[in-house]
Amino acid sequence: MTDTIPAPAPVTGRTREGIAERLAQDLQDGYVVNLGVGIPLLVPRFLPADKEVVLHAENGVLGIGGDADPHEADPDLTDAGKQPITLIPGAAITDSALSFAIIRGGHLDATILGALQVSASGDLANWYVPGKNPAVGGAMDLVAGTPQVWVAMEHVDRKGRPKIVAECTMPLTGKGVVTRVYTDLAVFHVVDGQLRLVECAPGVTPEDVRARTGAPYTEHLAG
Amino acid sequence: MIDKFRSDVLSVVDAVPSGASIAVGGFGSSGRPDALIDALCELDRRDLHVYVNNVGHDFTGVGRLLHEGRLRRVTASFPILQEFYDEYFAGRVELELIPQGTLAERMRAGGAGIPAFFTPSGAGTMLSDGSFTLRYSPEGGVAEHVPAKETRMINGREYVLEEGIVADFGFVKAHKADRKGNLRFRLSARNFNPMAGMSGRTTFAEIEQLVDVDELHPDDVHLPGVFVDDLVMSTGKAPATDEPAAAATRKAS
Repeated sequence: MTDTIPAPAPVTGRTREGIAERLAQDLQDGYVVNLGVGIPLLVPRFLPADKEVVLHAENGVLGIGGDADPHEADPDLTDAGKQPITLIPGAAITDSALSFAIIRGGHLDATILGALQVSASGDLANWYVPGKNPAVGGAMDLVAGTPQVWVAMEHVDRKGRPKIVAECTMPLTGKGVVTRVYTDLAVFHVVDGQLRLVECAPGVTPEDVRARTGAPYTEHLAG
Repeated sequence: MIDKFRSDVLSVVDAVPSGASIAVGGFGSSGRPDALIDALCELDRRDLHVYVNNVGHDFTGVGRLLHEGRLRRVTASFPILQEFYDEYFAGRVELELIPQGTLAERMRAGGAGIPAFFTPSGAGTMLSDGSFTLRYSPEGGVAEHVPAKETRMINGREYVLEEGIVADFGFVKAHKADRKGNLRFRLSARNFNPMAGMSGRTTFAEIEQLVDVDELHPDDVHLPGVFVDDLVMSTGKAPATDEPAAAATRKAS
Protein backbone atom coordinates (compact mmCIF):
# COMPACT_ATOMS: atom_id res chain seq x y z
CA MET A 1 0.00 0.00 0.00
CA THR A 2 2.76 2.39 0.94
CA ASP A 3 4.46 1.88 -2.40
CA THR A 4 1.44 3.28 -4.23
CA ILE A 5 1.50 6.66 -2.52
CA PRO A 6 2.60 9.20 -5.18
CA ALA A 7 5.81 11.00 -4.23
CA PRO A 8 4.78 14.22 -2.51
CA ALA A 9 6.45 17.53 -3.27
CA PRO A 10 9.59 18.11 -1.20
CA VAL A 11 9.08 19.61 2.25
CA THR A 12 11.78 20.79 4.63
CA GLY A 13 11.22 20.15 8.29
CA ARG A 14 13.63 19.85 11.17
CA THR A 15 17.23 18.73 10.77
CA ARG A 16 18.51 15.75 12.77
CA GLU A 17 19.78 18.24 15.35
CA GLY A 18 16.39 19.94 15.23
CA ILE A 19 14.62 16.67 16.04
CA ALA A 20 16.93 16.16 19.03
CA GLU A 21 16.41 19.77 20.15
CA ARG A 22 12.63 19.44 19.97
CA LEU A 23 12.67 16.17 21.91
CA ALA A 24 15.00 17.60 24.57
CA GLN A 25 12.34 20.22 25.40
CA ASP A 26 10.06 17.42 26.63
CA LEU A 27 12.57 15.86 29.03
CA GLN A 28 11.73 16.89 32.56
CA ASP A 29 14.04 17.87 35.39
CA GLY A 30 15.11 14.74 37.27
CA TYR A 31 14.48 12.27 34.43
CA VAL A 32 16.72 9.21 34.12
CA VAL A 33 17.02 8.41 30.43
CA ASN A 34 18.67 5.82 28.18
CA LEU A 35 19.75 6.94 24.70
CA GLY A 36 20.03 4.71 21.64
CA VAL A 37 22.36 5.32 18.72
CA GLY A 38 21.64 7.86 15.96
CA ILE A 39 19.57 10.99 16.54
CA PRO A 40 19.06 10.13 20.26
CA LEU A 41 22.78 10.64 20.89
CA LEU A 42 22.36 14.27 19.78
CA VAL A 43 19.84 14.98 22.56
CA PRO A 44 22.28 15.77 25.44
CA ARG A 45 23.70 18.82 23.67
CA PHE A 46 20.23 20.41 23.73
CA LEU A 47 19.44 19.84 27.40
CA PRO A 48 18.76 23.19 29.08
CA ALA A 49 21.05 24.04 32.01
CA ASP A 50 18.15 24.28 34.44
CA LYS A 51 17.17 20.63 33.93
CA GLU A 52 19.15 17.86 35.61
CA VAL A 53 18.76 14.75 33.45
CA VAL A 54 20.70 11.56 34.30
CA LEU A 55 21.89 9.51 31.32
CA HIS A 56 22.01 5.72 31.69
CA ALA A 57 24.08 3.30 29.60
CA GLU A 58 23.04 -0.35 29.63
CA ASN A 59 26.57 -1.59 30.33
CA GLY A 60 26.02 -0.31 33.86
CA VAL A 61 26.59 3.47 33.97
CA LEU A 62 24.13 5.84 35.63
CA GLY A 63 25.33 9.40 35.11
CA ILE A 64 27.29 9.75 31.86
CA GLY A 65 29.20 13.04 31.84
CA GLY A 66 29.99 13.16 28.13
CA ASP A 67 32.68 11.84 25.83
CA ALA A 68 36.16 11.55 27.30
CA ASP A 69 38.97 13.53 25.67
CA PRO A 70 41.64 11.25 24.20
CA HIS A 71 44.12 11.97 27.03
CA GLU A 72 41.61 10.99 29.72
CA ALA A 73 40.09 7.99 27.92
CA ASP A 74 39.94 4.97 30.24
CA PRO A 75 39.27 1.51 28.77
CA ASP A 76 37.40 0.66 31.97
CA LEU A 77 34.88 3.47 31.48
CA THR A 78 32.80 3.34 28.31
CA ASP A 79 29.21 3.82 27.22
CA ALA A 80 27.05 1.20 25.52
CA GLY A 81 28.64 2.14 22.17
CA LYS A 82 32.06 1.23 23.66
CA GLN A 83 33.17 4.88 23.49
CA PRO A 84 35.25 6.37 26.35
CA ILE A 85 33.16 8.60 28.61
CA THR A 86 33.35 10.67 31.79
CA LEU A 87 31.01 10.59 34.78
CA ILE A 88 28.94 13.30 36.43
CA PRO A 89 29.17 13.90 40.19
CA GLY A 90 26.80 11.46 41.84
CA ALA A 91 27.22 8.81 39.15
CA ALA A 92 26.80 5.12 39.95
CA ILE A 93 28.15 1.95 38.35
CA THR A 94 26.33 -1.39 38.36
CA ASP A 95 26.85 -4.84 36.92
CA SER A 96 24.85 -5.85 33.83
CA ALA A 97 22.12 -7.73 35.73
CA LEU A 98 21.39 -4.74 37.96
CA SER A 99 21.60 -2.41 34.97
CA PHE A 100 18.85 -4.42 33.29
CA ALA A 101 16.89 -4.62 36.54
CA ILE A 102 16.83 -0.83 36.31
CA ILE A 103 15.67 -1.07 32.69
CA ARG A 104 13.24 -3.98 32.87
CA GLY A 105 11.92 -2.99 36.27
CA GLY A 106 10.65 0.33 34.96
CA HIS A 107 13.08 2.51 36.91
CA LEU A 108 14.11 4.66 33.93
CA ASP A 109 11.76 7.50 33.02
CA ALA A 110 12.29 7.32 29.28
CA THR A 111 14.22 5.51 26.61
CA ILE A 112 14.96 7.34 23.36
CA LEU A 113 15.53 5.15 20.32
CA GLY A 114 15.88 5.30 16.58
CA ALA A 115 13.52 3.19 14.48
CA LEU A 116 13.15 1.46 11.14
CA GLN A 117 9.34 1.48 11.47
CA VAL A 118 6.65 2.45 13.97
CA SER A 119 3.13 1.06 13.52
CA ALA A 120 -0.26 2.67 14.07
CA SER A 121 -0.57 0.88 17.42
CA GLY A 122 2.93 1.74 18.64
CA ASP A 123 4.74 -1.43 17.57
CA LEU A 124 8.46 -0.80 17.09
CA ALA A 125 10.88 -2.35 14.59
CA ASN A 126 14.45 -1.19 15.10
CA TRP A 127 16.84 -4.12 15.58
CA TYR A 128 17.10 -6.14 12.41
CA VAL A 129 16.85 -5.77 8.66
CA PRO A 130 16.34 -9.31 7.26
CA GLY A 131 19.36 -10.36 5.23
CA LYS A 132 21.70 -8.14 7.25
CA ASN A 133 23.64 -9.04 10.40
CA PRO A 134 21.26 -9.68 13.33
CA ALA A 135 22.13 -7.98 16.65
CA VAL A 136 19.71 -6.89 19.36
CA GLY A 137 21.70 -5.55 22.32
CA GLY A 138 19.42 -4.11 24.99
CA ALA A 139 16.70 -2.79 22.68
CA MET A 140 14.07 -5.41 23.56
CA ASP A 141 14.66 -4.97 27.31
CA LEU A 142 14.51 -1.18 27.02
CA VAL A 143 11.19 -1.13 25.20
CA ALA A 144 9.71 -3.87 27.41
CA GLY A 145 10.50 -2.11 30.66
CA THR A 146 10.62 1.65 30.23
CA PRO A 147 7.36 3.54 30.85
CA GLN A 148 8.01 6.06 28.08
CA VAL A 149 9.53 4.93 24.79
CA TRP A 150 10.26 7.91 22.56
CA VAL A 151 11.33 7.34 18.96
CA ALA A 152 13.49 9.96 17.24
CA MET A 153 13.78 9.36 13.50
CA GLU A 154 13.42 10.73 9.98
CA HIS A 155 9.77 10.71 8.90
CA VAL A 156 10.47 8.74 5.71
CA ASP A 157 13.28 6.38 4.70
CA ARG A 158 15.97 7.09 2.11
CA LYS A 159 13.65 6.00 -0.68
CA GLY A 160 10.93 8.36 0.55
CA ARG A 161 8.74 5.60 1.98
CA PRO A 162 6.86 6.29 5.23
CA LYS A 163 8.45 4.87 8.39
CA ILE A 164 5.18 5.31 10.29
CA VAL A 165 3.14 2.44 8.88
CA ALA A 166 -0.16 0.62 9.48
CA GLU A 167 1.70 -2.59 10.39
CA CYS A 168 5.45 -3.09 10.69
CA THR A 169 6.90 -5.24 7.90
CA MET A 170 10.31 -5.39 9.64
CA PRO A 171 10.85 -7.77 12.60
CA LEU A 172 9.45 -6.32 15.82
CA THR A 173 11.45 -5.11 18.80
CA GLY A 174 8.29 -4.87 20.89
CA LYS A 175 4.51 -4.68 20.46
CA GLY A 176 2.60 -1.57 21.46
CA VAL A 177 5.62 -0.08 23.23
CA VAL A 178 6.13 3.33 21.56
CA THR A 179 4.60 6.29 23.42
CA ARG A 180 5.91 9.21 21.30
CA VAL A 181 7.45 9.75 17.86
CA TYR A 182 9.58 12.80 17.03
CA THR A 183 10.42 13.25 13.34
CA ASP A 184 11.65 16.03 11.07
CA LEU A 185 8.02 16.78 10.19
CA ALA A 186 5.92 16.14 13.28
CA VAL A 187 5.38 14.89 16.81
CA PHE A 188 3.00 11.98 17.43
CA HIS A 189 1.78 10.55 20.71
CA VAL A 190 0.42 7.01 21.09
CA VAL A 191 -2.61 7.02 23.38
CA ASP A 192 -4.64 3.87 24.09
CA GLY A 193 -2.89 2.10 21.23
CA GLN A 194 -3.68 4.79 18.68
CA LEU A 195 -1.52 7.40 16.98
CA ARG A 196 -2.25 11.08 17.48
CA LEU A 197 -0.61 13.88 15.51
CA VAL A 198 -0.02 16.54 18.16
CA GLU A 199 2.40 18.92 16.43
CA CYS A 200 3.75 19.81 13.00
CA ALA A 201 7.29 21.16 12.60
CA PRO A 202 7.58 24.85 11.67
CA GLY A 203 6.72 25.33 7.99
CA VAL A 204 5.13 21.87 7.75
CA THR A 205 1.36 21.51 7.22
CA PRO A 206 -0.90 18.69 8.43
CA GLU A 207 -1.38 17.81 4.76
CA ASP A 208 2.40 17.45 4.33
CA VAL A 209 2.45 15.02 7.25
CA ARG A 210 -0.57 13.07 6.00
CA ALA A 211 1.01 12.62 2.56
CA ARG A 212 4.13 11.07 4.12
CA THR A 213 2.55 8.88 6.79
CA GLY A 214 1.50 5.29 6.08
CA ALA A 215 -0.66 4.77 9.16
CA PRO A 216 -4.08 5.99 10.23
CA TYR A 217 -4.04 8.61 12.98
CA THR A 218 -6.15 11.40 14.44
CA GLU A 219 -5.20 15.06 14.68
CA HIS A 220 -4.90 16.68 18.10
CA LEU A 221 -3.12 19.88 17.09
CA ALA A 222 -3.01 22.72 19.56
CA GLY A 223 -4.51 26.07 18.50
CA MET B 1 45.32 -21.94 54.03
CA ILE B 2 43.17 -20.85 51.16
CA ASP B 3 45.25 -19.50 48.32
CA LYS B 4 43.56 -19.46 44.94
CA PHE B 5 46.34 -17.60 43.12
CA ARG B 6 48.17 -19.59 40.43
CA SER B 7 51.21 -18.34 38.58
CA ASP B 8 50.68 -20.43 35.45
CA VAL B 9 47.56 -19.62 33.42
CA LEU B 10 48.00 -22.60 31.08
CA SER B 11 47.85 -25.14 33.90
CA VAL B 12 44.64 -23.49 35.15
CA VAL B 13 42.88 -23.33 31.78
CA ASP B 14 44.05 -26.88 31.02
CA ALA B 15 40.99 -28.00 33.02
CA VAL B 16 38.75 -26.79 30.18
CA PRO B 17 38.15 -29.58 27.63
CA SER B 18 37.20 -29.12 24.01
CA GLY B 19 33.40 -29.02 23.76
CA ALA B 20 33.01 -27.09 27.02
CA SER B 21 30.57 -24.24 27.64
CA ILE B 22 32.06 -21.01 29.02
CA ALA B 23 30.36 -17.87 30.38
CA VAL B 24 32.66 -14.95 29.56
CA GLY B 25 32.60 -11.50 31.16
CA GLY B 26 33.23 -8.21 29.38
CA PHE B 27 31.43 -5.62 27.29
CA GLY B 28 33.34 -5.15 24.05
CA SER B 29 36.98 -5.25 25.17
CA SER B 30 36.16 -3.58 28.52
CA GLY B 31 36.59 -6.12 31.30
CA ARG B 32 37.21 -8.98 28.88
CA PRO B 33 39.39 -11.84 30.21
CA ASP B 34 41.86 -12.02 27.31
CA ALA B 35 44.58 -13.96 29.17
CA LEU B 36 42.18 -16.82 29.91
CA ILE B 37 40.79 -16.78 26.36
CA ASP B 38 44.28 -16.72 24.83
CA ALA B 39 45.18 -19.76 26.95
CA LEU B 40 42.33 -21.70 25.30
CA CYS B 41 44.01 -20.99 21.96
CA GLU B 42 47.47 -21.96 23.20
CA LEU B 43 45.97 -25.25 24.45
CA ASP B 44 44.17 -25.78 21.11
CA ARG B 45 40.69 -26.17 22.60
CA ARG B 46 37.84 -26.37 20.08
CA ASP B 47 34.09 -26.93 19.71
CA LEU B 48 33.38 -24.37 22.44
CA HIS B 49 29.98 -22.88 23.38
CA VAL B 50 30.59 -19.35 24.60
CA TYR B 51 28.06 -17.18 26.42
CA VAL B 52 29.21 -13.58 25.95
CA ASN B 53 27.65 -10.21 25.13
CA ASN B 54 29.90 -9.40 22.14
CA VAL B 55 32.22 -11.45 19.94
CA GLY B 56 34.14 -8.19 19.55
CA HIS B 57 35.55 -5.82 16.94
CA ASP B 58 38.70 -7.70 15.97
CA PHE B 59 40.58 -10.98 16.32
CA THR B 60 41.35 -10.52 20.01
CA GLY B 61 39.38 -12.06 22.86
CA VAL B 62 36.40 -14.11 21.69
CA GLY B 63 37.15 -12.78 18.19
CA ARG B 64 40.37 -14.81 18.31
CA LEU B 65 38.42 -17.97 19.20
CA LEU B 66 36.19 -17.28 16.19
CA HIS B 67 39.10 -16.51 13.88
CA GLU B 68 40.83 -19.75 14.83
CA GLY B 69 37.66 -21.81 14.31
CA ARG B 70 37.29 -22.81 17.95
CA LEU B 71 33.60 -21.95 18.42
CA ARG B 72 30.62 -24.27 17.97
CA ARG B 73 27.99 -21.89 19.32
CA VAL B 74 27.80 -18.33 20.55
CA THR B 75 25.00 -17.11 22.82
CA ALA B 76 25.15 -13.32 22.61
CA SER B 77 23.13 -10.12 22.21
CA PHE B 78 25.42 -8.10 19.92
CA PRO B 79 28.16 -10.06 18.10
CA ILE B 80 29.56 -7.08 16.04
CA LEU B 81 32.44 -8.85 14.23
CA GLN B 82 31.75 -9.25 10.48
CA GLU B 83 33.84 -12.42 10.28
CA PHE B 84 31.59 -13.93 12.92
CA TYR B 85 28.55 -13.30 10.74
CA ASP B 86 30.38 -14.69 7.70
CA GLU B 87 30.98 -17.92 9.61
CA TYR B 88 27.38 -17.92 10.91
CA PHE B 89 25.84 -17.50 7.46
CA ALA B 90 28.20 -20.18 6.13
CA GLY B 91 26.89 -22.65 8.71
CA ARG B 92 30.19 -23.00 10.57
CA VAL B 93 29.08 -21.46 13.89
CA GLU B 94 25.70 -21.29 15.61
CA LEU B 95 24.17 -18.09 16.97
CA GLU B 96 21.64 -18.04 19.80
CA LEU B 97 20.73 -14.34 19.81
CA ILE B 98 19.06 -13.14 23.02
CA PRO B 99 18.29 -9.72 24.51
CA GLN B 100 21.20 -8.29 26.51
CA GLY B 101 19.25 -8.14 29.77
CA THR B 102 18.11 -11.71 29.24
CA LEU B 103 21.74 -12.81 28.84
CA ALA B 104 22.74 -11.08 32.09
CA GLU B 105 19.77 -12.46 34.01
CA ARG B 106 20.17 -15.98 32.59
CA MET B 107 23.78 -16.04 33.84
CA ARG B 108 22.76 -14.62 37.22
CA ALA B 109 19.85 -17.04 37.55
CA GLY B 110 21.96 -20.06 36.66
CA GLY B 111 24.43 -19.16 39.37
CA ALA B 112 21.62 -18.44 41.83
CA GLY B 113 19.86 -21.80 41.49
CA ILE B 114 16.95 -20.41 39.48
CA PRO B 115 16.32 -22.82 36.56
CA ALA B 116 14.14 -20.40 34.58
CA PHE B 117 12.26 -17.11 34.84
CA PHE B 118 9.65 -15.13 32.93
CA THR B 119 10.69 -11.86 31.29
CA PRO B 120 8.80 -9.38 29.10
CA SER B 121 11.89 -8.86 26.90
CA GLY B 122 11.48 -10.37 23.46
CA ALA B 123 7.80 -11.30 23.83
CA GLY B 124 6.06 -11.28 20.45
CA THR B 125 9.34 -11.14 18.52
CA MET B 126 11.54 -13.40 16.39
CA LEU B 127 13.74 -14.02 19.42
CA SER B 128 10.97 -15.94 21.20
CA ASP B 129 8.68 -17.31 18.46
CA GLY B 130 11.00 -19.95 16.99
CA SER B 131 11.78 -18.14 13.72
CA PHE B 132 15.36 -17.05 14.44
CA THR B 133 18.03 -19.09 12.66
CA LEU B 134 20.34 -20.92 15.05
CA ARG B 135 22.33 -22.62 12.31
CA TYR B 136 22.53 -22.24 8.56
CA SER B 137 23.25 -25.14 6.26
CA PRO B 138 26.64 -25.06 4.48
CA GLU B 139 24.65 -25.74 1.30
CA GLY B 140 22.55 -22.62 1.94
CA GLY B 141 19.23 -22.19 3.73
CA VAL B 142 18.28 -22.72 7.32
CA ALA B 143 19.45 -25.91 9.05
CA GLU B 144 17.90 -25.25 12.49
CA HIS B 145 15.93 -22.57 14.27
CA VAL B 146 16.21 -21.54 17.91
CA PRO B 147 13.19 -23.38 19.38
CA ALA B 148 10.09 -21.35 20.23
CA LYS B 149 10.09 -20.32 23.87
CA GLU B 150 7.27 -21.01 26.28
CA THR B 151 5.16 -17.93 27.00
CA ARG B 152 2.61 -17.10 29.66
CA MET B 153 0.11 -14.31 30.19
CA ILE B 154 0.60 -12.80 33.65
CA ASN B 155 -1.69 -9.95 34.69
CA GLY B 156 -2.70 -9.47 31.07
CA ARG B 157 0.81 -9.24 29.64
CA GLU B 158 2.85 -11.78 27.69
CA TYR B 159 6.12 -13.03 29.18
CA VAL B 160 8.81 -15.36 27.82
CA LEU B 161 10.30 -18.26 29.78
CA GLU B 162 14.09 -18.05 29.74
CA GLU B 163 16.38 -20.66 31.29
CA GLY B 164 19.22 -19.94 33.70
CA ILE B 165 22.70 -20.58 32.31
CA VAL B 166 24.94 -22.94 34.25
CA ALA B 167 28.13 -22.98 32.19
CA ASP B 168 30.89 -25.53 32.64
CA PHE B 169 33.28 -22.64 33.26
CA GLY B 170 33.13 -18.93 34.07
CA PHE B 171 35.87 -16.62 32.74
CA VAL B 172 36.13 -13.30 34.57
CA LYS B 173 38.40 -10.26 34.59
CA ALA B 174 38.69 -8.26 37.82
CA HIS B 175 40.67 -5.25 38.97
CA LYS B 176 41.70 -6.50 42.43
CA ALA B 177 41.57 -9.82 44.21
CA ASP B 178 42.86 -11.33 47.43
CA ARG B 179 44.08 -14.91 47.83
CA LYS B 180 40.59 -16.02 48.93
CA GLY B 181 39.25 -15.04 45.53
CA ASN B 182 37.27 -11.99 46.63
CA LEU B 183 36.97 -9.76 43.57
CA ARG B 184 36.60 -6.07 43.00
CA PHE B 185 35.93 -4.67 39.55
CA ARG B 186 36.65 -1.22 38.23
CA LEU B 187 34.11 1.17 36.69
CA SER B 188 32.17 -0.14 33.71
CA ALA B 189 34.60 -3.04 33.28
CA ARG B 190 32.39 -4.76 35.87
CA ASN B 191 29.49 -5.33 33.39
CA PHE B 192 28.90 -9.07 32.85
CA ASN B 193 31.82 -10.24 35.00
CA PRO B 194 29.94 -10.92 38.26
CA MET B 195 27.27 -12.80 36.27
CA ALA B 196 29.82 -14.88 34.33
CA GLY B 197 31.54 -15.72 37.61
CA MET B 198 28.27 -16.88 39.16
CA SER B 199 27.27 -18.88 36.06
CA GLY B 200 30.36 -21.09 35.89
CA ARG B 201 30.44 -24.40 37.76
CA THR B 202 34.15 -23.65 37.90
CA THR B 203 35.24 -20.02 37.61
CA PHE B 204 38.63 -18.57 36.78
CA ALA B 205 39.39 -14.88 37.35
CA GLU B 206 42.25 -13.01 35.77
CA ILE B 207 43.20 -10.00 37.85
CA GLU B 208 45.20 -6.80 37.51
CA GLN B 209 46.31 -6.67 41.14
CA LEU B 210 46.67 -9.28 43.88
CA VAL B 211 46.24 -7.53 47.23
CA ASP B 212 46.68 -8.57 50.86
CA VAL B 213 43.78 -10.49 52.29
CA ASP B 214 42.70 -7.63 54.54
CA GLU B 215 42.97 -4.89 51.92
CA LEU B 216 39.57 -5.33 50.31
CA HIS B 217 37.00 -4.09 52.79
CA PRO B 218 34.15 -6.61 53.14
CA ASP B 219 31.73 -3.89 52.01
CA ASP B 220 33.76 -3.40 48.83
CA VAL B 221 33.82 -6.98 47.55
CA HIS B 222 31.79 -7.13 44.32
CA LEU B 223 31.99 -10.92 43.87
CA PRO B 224 32.87 -13.02 46.93
CA GLY B 225 35.54 -15.68 46.60
CA VAL B 226 32.95 -18.40 47.08
CA PHE B 227 32.21 -18.00 43.35
CA VAL B 228 35.88 -18.13 42.31
CA ASP B 229 38.10 -21.21 42.02
CA ASP B 230 41.40 -19.96 40.61
CA LEU B 231 43.10 -16.60 40.10
CA VAL B 232 45.71 -15.73 37.48
CA MET B 233 47.36 -12.45 36.54
CA SER B 234 45.90 -10.56 33.61
CA THR B 235 48.25 -9.89 30.74
CA GLY B 236 46.24 -6.84 29.68
CA LYS B 237 47.50 -3.34 30.31
CA ALA B 238 46.55 -2.17 33.78
CA PRO B 239 45.10 1.33 34.07
CA ALA B 240 47.71 4.00 34.64
CA THR B 241 46.15 5.34 37.80
CA ASP B 242 43.95 3.73 40.38
CA GLU B 243 40.96 6.04 40.39
CA PRO B 244 40.82 8.26 37.30
CA ALA B 245 37.03 8.20 37.63
CA ALA B 246 37.40 10.63 40.50
CA ALA B 247 39.34 12.93 38.21
CA ALA B 248 36.70 12.53 35.54
CA THR B 249 34.02 13.42 38.06
CA ARG B 250 35.88 16.50 39.20
CA LYS B 251 36.28 17.62 35.63
CA ALA B 252 32.56 17.15 34.97
CA SER B 253 31.70 19.17 38.06
